[in-house]
Amino acid sequence: MTTEEISRIDKIIDKYEGEEGILIQLLLDIQQELNWIPKEVAERISQRLNIPQSQIYRVASFYTAMSLTPRGRHLVSVCMGTACHIRGSPRLLDRITDILKIQPGETSPDRSFTLNTVNCLGCCALGPVMVVDGKYHGKIAPTEAEEVLKNYD
Amino acid sequence: MPKINSPAELEKLRKGIVSKRDPKKPCIAVCTGTGCLALGADKVVVAIKEEIKKHGLEDKVDIKETGCPGFCERGTVVVIYPEEICYLKVQPEDAGEIVSQAILAKKVIDRLLYVDPTTNEKAVRESEIPFYKNQMRLLIGNNIKLDPKSIDDYLALGGYSALAKALSQMTPEQVLAEVTKSNLRGRGGGGFPTGRKWAECRNAPGEARYVIVNADEGDPGAFMDRALLEGNPHSVLEGLIIGAYAIGSHEGYIYVRQEYPLAIENVTIAIKKAEEYGFLGENILGSGFDFTIKVHRGAGAFVSGESSALMTAIEGRVGEPRPKYIHTAVKGVRDRPSCLNNVETWANVPLIISKGADWFTGIGTGGSKGTKIFSLVGKVNNTGLVEVPMGITLRDVIYKVGGGIPGGKKFKAVQTGGPSGGCIPEEKLDMKVDFDELAKAGSMMGSGGMIVMDEDICMVDVARYFLNFLSDESCGKCVPCREGIRQMLKVLTNISKGKGREGDIELLEELAEITRDASLCALGRTAANPVMSTIHYFRDEYEAHIKEKKCPAYVCKELISYYIDPDKCQACMICLRQCPAGAIAGDKNQIHVIDQEKCTKCGTCFEVCPLRFGAVKRISGEPVPPPIPEEARVIARKSKENE
Ligand SMILES: Cc1cc2nc3c(=O)[nH]c(=O)nc-3n(C[C@H](O)[C@H](O)[C@H](O)COP(=O)(O)O)c2cc1C
Ligand code: SF4
Ligand code: SF4
Ligand code: FES
Ligand code: FES
Repeated sequence: MTTEEISRIDKIIDKYEGEEGILIQLLLDIQQELNWIPKEVAERISQRLNIPQSQIYRVASFYTAMSLTPRGRHLVSVCMGTACHIRGSPRLLDRITDILKIQPGETSPDRSFTLNTVNCLGCCALGPVMVVDGKYHGKIAPTEAEEVLKNYD
Repeated sequence: MPKINSPAELEKLRKGIVSKRDPKKPCIAVCTGTGCLALGADKVVVAIKEEIKKHGLEDKVDIKETGCPGFCERGTVVVIYPEEICYLKVQPEDAGEIVSQAILAKKVIDRLLYVDPTTNEKAVRESEIPFYKNQMRLLIGNNIKLDPKSIDDYLALGGYSALAKALSQMTPEQVLAEVTKSNLRGRGGGGFPTGRKWAECRNAPGEARYVIVNADEGDPGAFMDRALLEGNPHSVLEGLIIGAYAIGSHEGYIYVRQEYPLAIENVTIAIKKAEEYGFLGENILGSGFDFTIKVHRGAGAFVSGESSALMTAIEGRVGEPRPKYIHTAVKGVRDRPSCLNNVETWANVPLIISKGADWFTGIGTGGSKGTKIFSLVGKVNNTGLVEVPMGITLRDVIYKVGGGIPGGKKFKAVQTGGPSGGCIPEEKLDMKVDFDELAKAGSMMGSGGMIVMDEDICMVDVARYFLNFLSDESCGKCVPCREGIRQMLKVLTNISKGKGREGDIELLEELAEITRDASLCALGRTAANPVMSTIHYFRDEYEAHIKEKKCPAYVCKELISYYIDPDKCQACMICLRQCPAGAIAGDKNQIHVIDQEKCTKCGTCFEVCPLRFGAVKRISGEPVPPPIPEEARVIARKSKENE
């Protein structure tokens, strides 16, 4: 990590210093900042807050919102919740794996896309729903997926 | 903003806010909840603001960005006040007309009104739309009237008056007694009596105790908690503060899943505002009662919504359930008494305190009082959030509020209770919806998911879907849950692939029993419900999969084939062009044929084949006819013959 990165991480850690039960919140912030949780960061947290690294890894691997490997430039999340399932999200996902040539949980070799599935995004009335970089796309037919993804590279 | 120090000051402030507001002044309310934002509500707001500016109406018209009134499917939802005219599916391009027609000329814009899909009648006012008319919107009704980021909006509608009443006119014991008398039951799943839980927490030994809002909303397909917290966060805060006062707690948590960024944003702003105004912090409204709230984000694990798991997560550790020989109300966060209730449960509290337990028990059935918000989704005409009195029939929810099944399809089942619930068939549609009736039918109230399924849904696939979900989400701590779910999933997967065997149904029943009886938390204990209820009501469908290798709903990929009927194919080449697998052979005047080896059964050809040809067929449980020989594929068209 560069010193600039270390100071960015330190700033996030500063926010939580001295508080109880903050590990999950802290890791969520770091995930948001860096898009993943690198090994050096886990070491840094462990050092500064006196939390065993094993605990950090256990939390980071338990939760789907955290990633221990680098994510792609664009994060594509396809909702697999019940409402979306009933309205055809499996077929949408099939189409997207076809287009991006990666499976859920994978990142494309050139790091352009990471694909994952989520359980519900709270837009169930608009199913099937997918989110690209925080932008929600509702009522997406499999045949429209390509149109949406074309706008990202 | 100086702090409000007494109920009298609060009333004065409220009068001040209300007197500055002219009820006749036109107001354009635009829903900017997550659903409408997904449909471009932000662009609608920008466009309307531009139009207002263009006409120089900045001082004459208010624009309000509100929370979700539940009709997301028809978003962006726009309501014009004071006439309460409701426009649906509003696009940015409509902004000009909305300002020039609806506001300036006071004319109704016909094309943006609700049209009843069955009668084709239009509805002008929100209260005339069947979707809303048949609801009882005590909790969610204010969402379209207020800007969730404005505490003044909440105050103008009478907000925090229940808190003032509780703190100044009632003792904590009286508040507790009122909630107990209301028979309010938890809206997060189990329907546990709220008053009883509060009393248990209040009476538990120890100094510090916590009150917690469960906004993890893990049920995939339900979004009422999102709409409440995002659209009317102060109502949840007010309930929580009142509960804290009754229980004697000075610290509260709101546990929100990080998949709800807007809810997190809005509730964080609401907490800040409430602190500024003196509804949170020290000596609230001069009563001597202190209370603070922190927001804790969940990180995407269904099981973390379970009470003991959620409390472990608040401590910063992995959110897994632990044995609850002692209730979390007695020993929860950091082993201190902790009272956890669902978002909707808390939101009911201010109403009960303001209007009284007797008013509340006047709504609902013997064992279930008040209203419940359901997330009515799936194959139904009006999808969205619907708040109805307990005791309404399923039929009324699906047909009166929901407007029935779209596309002339047949209703098959409704799934309630999320992954712990079950599927209820047509013959039970007249049953009353409440905690006990749903349980009797083999399902659950759960958090209020109501997923409507039509004839195109396969019940084996639905059961498999839920078990797949649960097998991903089981924390794996107890063997019966982890292995039981995995084994049931294996059997179901085999059945859906045509590898089902005689005796599989009985095997599922046996596995279900063990999983139910020997798991630690409710995830495992209820995991078999989706399987058991579908076997109970749709056994013949299971048998068709097992014995005839047939999926009657044409869903299970391994059991279906697509086939082009040579007598109907018009060689239009539409399917051929769209087939992603390149599995269709054909040409301009050549009947098309699907190469069954190459076909991935994506269903595209079935969908795109023009309705008037209807040449693509789905086949299940019988062999695919052999492809017609090459030489017979030429279509001799009449017009061509005449040339
Ligand atoms: C696996 C599992 C997941 C749960 N998820 C939620 C949830 O997302 N939201 C919720 O309010 N309750 C959830 N519950 C229920 C809670 O454990 C708890 O009963 C509830 O929050 C209590 O609030 P109530 O009495 O107001 O319903 C879940 C339970 C289990 C077993
Ligand atoms: S029943 Fe399942 S989810 Fe619950 S604690 Fe046991 S393994 Fe975990
Ligand atoms: S089902 Fe899909 S893959 Fe098979 S022929 Fe039709 S379009 Fe092609
Ligand atoms: S089920 Fe997909 S958004 Fe809720
Ligand atoms: S988000 Fe606008 S109606 Fe639900």
